[in-house]
Amino acid sequence: MTKELLRAEKLVMAAGARTLCRNLDVAFEAGQLWGVLGCNGSGKTTLLHTLAGLAPAVSGRVIMGDRPLGAWSRRELACALGILLQHEEQAFWGSLADYVMLGRYARARSLLGPRAEDEQATADAIAAFELTAIATQPFSTLSGGERQRARLAQLWAQQPGLLLLDEPLQHLDLRHQLRTLKQVREAVQSTERAAVMVIHDLAYATRCDRILMLFGDGRHATGSAAELLQIDNLEALYGCRVRAFGNGADAHFMPVI
Amino acid sequence: MHSRVPGPLPMVVVLACVALGSIFIALLFGSFPVSAMQVFDSVFFPIPGIVHDVIWRLRLPRALAAFVCGGLLATSGVLLQVLLRNPLADPYILGVSGGAALGALCAMLLGAGLAGLNLAALAGALAAIAIVFMLSFQAGDWNLHRLLLTGVVLSSGFAALISLILVLAPQAQLKGMLFWLMGDLTHAGASTPAWVLLAVLLMVFVSWSRGLNVLALGAIKARALGVAAGGLQAAIYFGAALATVAAVLLGGSIGFVGLMVPHALRLFGIHDHRWLLPASALVGGSFVVLADTFARTVMSPQQLPVGVFTALIGVPVLLLLLSRRS
Repeated sequence: MTKELLRAEKLVMAAGARTLCRNLDVAFEAGQLWGVLGCNGSGKTTLLHTLAGLAPAVSGRVIMGDRPLGAWSRRELACALGILLQHEEQAFWGSLADYVMLGRYARARSLLGPRAEDEQATADAIAAFELTAIATQPFSTLSGGERQRARLAQLWAQQPGLLLLDEPLQHLDLRHQLRTLKQVREAVQSTERAAVMVIHDLAYATRCDRILMLFGDGRHATGSAAELLQIDNLEALYGCRVRAFGNGADAHFMPVI
Repeated sequence: MHSRVPGPLPMVVVLACVALGSIFIALLFGSFPVSAMQVFDSVFFPIPGIVHDVIWRLRLPRALAAFVCGGLLATSGVLLQVLLRNPLADPYILGVSGGAALGALCAMLLGAGLAGLNLAALAGALAAIAIVFMLSFQAGDWNLHRLLLTGVVLSSGFAALISLILVLAPQAQLKGMLFWLMGDLTHAGASTPAWVLLAVLLMVFVSWSRGLNVLALGAIKARALGVAAGGLQAAIYFGAALATVAAVLLGGSIGFVGLMVPHALRLFGIHDHRWLLPASALVGGSFVVLADTFARTVMSPQQLPVGVFTALIGVPVLLLLLSRRS
């Protein structure tokens, strides 16, 4: 039996007067890689923030393990669930390694600085995203893609069970897009972990196990990638005409120009 | 990566020595001539006499008051710069000193004694803290822009009322009021409570320094990494406000320390709050002790307000540091 990590019940989300999502019921189970699809402003980021307990839902609840999110302390929650934010503060004073080390906040308790275990987790996370050569560089001198990888490495150092990734591939070159997806897939392979990623690239969406579509008007759909990644769904989702090449996991979707 | 543990420790040790040196200088200089040998003798082998009295009754209490004042202001500056994520944040930005000054000036206008004056300043500062907090902390969440604007707007209101009092005040009280407003340690009372507060604040916030480091990235990011950001922000606000109140009660509004000292240390590469907090307290304390020694000796026996010298020394030093690093 698979282990359920996080469950949303009758979740209603809104942005101002606009209802983004009505009565969403979804459960994220260990071993699953979820792709969240939707057009701009359809509530993908709001959903991730709500699932991470960073934004309140209009109604409904989010349950992690046996308790609603509100009953968890921030520190406990950060060990169980981590989020890659789409936007964050650009300024940071220290080196890339210092930045990644901040991911250990919830796990390290010592006042005397990081323990060997924290150093190891940080070094592993930095290596996982091929940042070892520039680990001692000041964060402020990094390029956009390098910063994105540093944020991912910080989340990897945090080692949460559930990874919520808001556009993990933004700013990344092709090689690092693939490498990041490989890291996500490897993380999810363990029996305790799952990942939910907001993604715009349909070539990568076909590699997800489960898909959540947000139509932006309150409607939503969940299902396997094979069920949901169909021309009519995608045309309704993005409001443009789509053509498919190939079948199943090898299907490629292109907009009709 | 194992070089992090020693970190800027040697620098903090050097700063502690500088702090002791600054207090020694404060004991050495003044209108009554005392030699360095006599200071040593008086500190380590106290013999009753006029030298002993000058050092133990006059100069040491004043130096300790100056030090704790500077330490509290610099600590408050570090904390508010994290809270507001704004490099212009200083201990006075949230209206605490304006409220205290208004209270103090009203007390002076009514002819209250030193105790009444301190009480009125305390009441004014606490009122300002409470108003700003209630207006900006709603439903367990901060709006930092609202916090900053509320503080700045309130400060402007206090400034207007202070100008009004200065215009209306009788000539005889004007000088005392201006000294208070510019920062002056002449009437500094016992500094023991302020020392206790400084020690407690440093212990608490150095032990929470990892949280401060994360919070500098923003509240949402801090929550995502496991920091209870709302509670920490409230603690920072009240910690910084209390530090400012204690400093203002001892020495009036001594400007520039809380703004300059943390920035100067950051320009020297100390960013981690574990080191930045104690280093700021040491530098802020030494700086005010030296400025105060200068203020009371340069035109001796006439004593000048220390706040003038903190700015006169601080402005060129910070400008030099800024241009050197760019």
